[in-house]
Amino acid sequence: MKSELTIEAKTENLNAVLAFLEERLEKADCPVKAQMQLAVAAEEIFVNIAHYAYAPEIGSATVQLEVSESPITVTITFTDGGRPFDPTKKVDPDVTLPAEARDIGGLGIFMTKKLMDDVKYEYRDGKNVLTLKKQI
Amino acid sequence: MLNITKNQNDSELTFALEGRLDTTTAPQLEAELKDELDGVTALTLDMEKLEYISSAGLRVLLSAQKVMMKQGEMKLVHVGETITEIFEVTGFSDILTIE
Repeated sequence: MKSELTIEAKTENLNAVLAFLEERLEKADCPVKAQMQLAVAAEEIFVNIAHYAYAPEIGSATVQLEVSESPITVTITFTDGGRPFDPTKKVDPDVTLPAEARDIGGLGIFMTKKLMDDVKYEYRDGKNVLTLKKQI
Repeated sequence: MLNITKNQNDSELTFALEGRLDTTTAPQLEAELKDELDGVTALTLDMEKLEYISSAGLRVLLSAQKVMMKQGEMKLVHVGETITEIFEVTGFSDILTIE
């Protein structure tokens, strides 16, 4: 199963992106827990694109979802034509620090890497292509 | 969508959260906490009906935790399995009081 959504990359469209993914994951019998993990990862990536890829302008992002069966493997690909940015290069926050020493932020991409089996970045034909993969 | 049900008893405040705590709704919780935390020494967040939390939600929990460490205590109750896993992955299970 393969589907695709192209949408303006702005945070107001986050719900539309998550609804697009959740509706299809539901149909593919993806368990609720994995659905949420995929949505959390997708939110981080989409919001990142909305905030940084084209700022201060607004551009579009394409979300592709592919679900293959037995075992269920979900692949979500985000493509944008904004400035080149590899989020996987971001240094992981220290998650062992006490609350008072914790920085507010920096957790998004770290969570994405932890919740997915594979997070891959490529810059291809002038576009950022970020692929998330998770086997259920 | 996020629904917040507030219950205040002197300096004890409970917020029951229902729905999603994400990039879109986290500012709503942040604003409510900012308005209500003055003079509160015990903050309880009831997570029973919270279905979803992303890093935007974690950020708000962390700032609330930092405020409450100065003036009392904060605890989370009825945390479900999927949200517990998010807390574990991010080390939040070590810095938050989860009952």
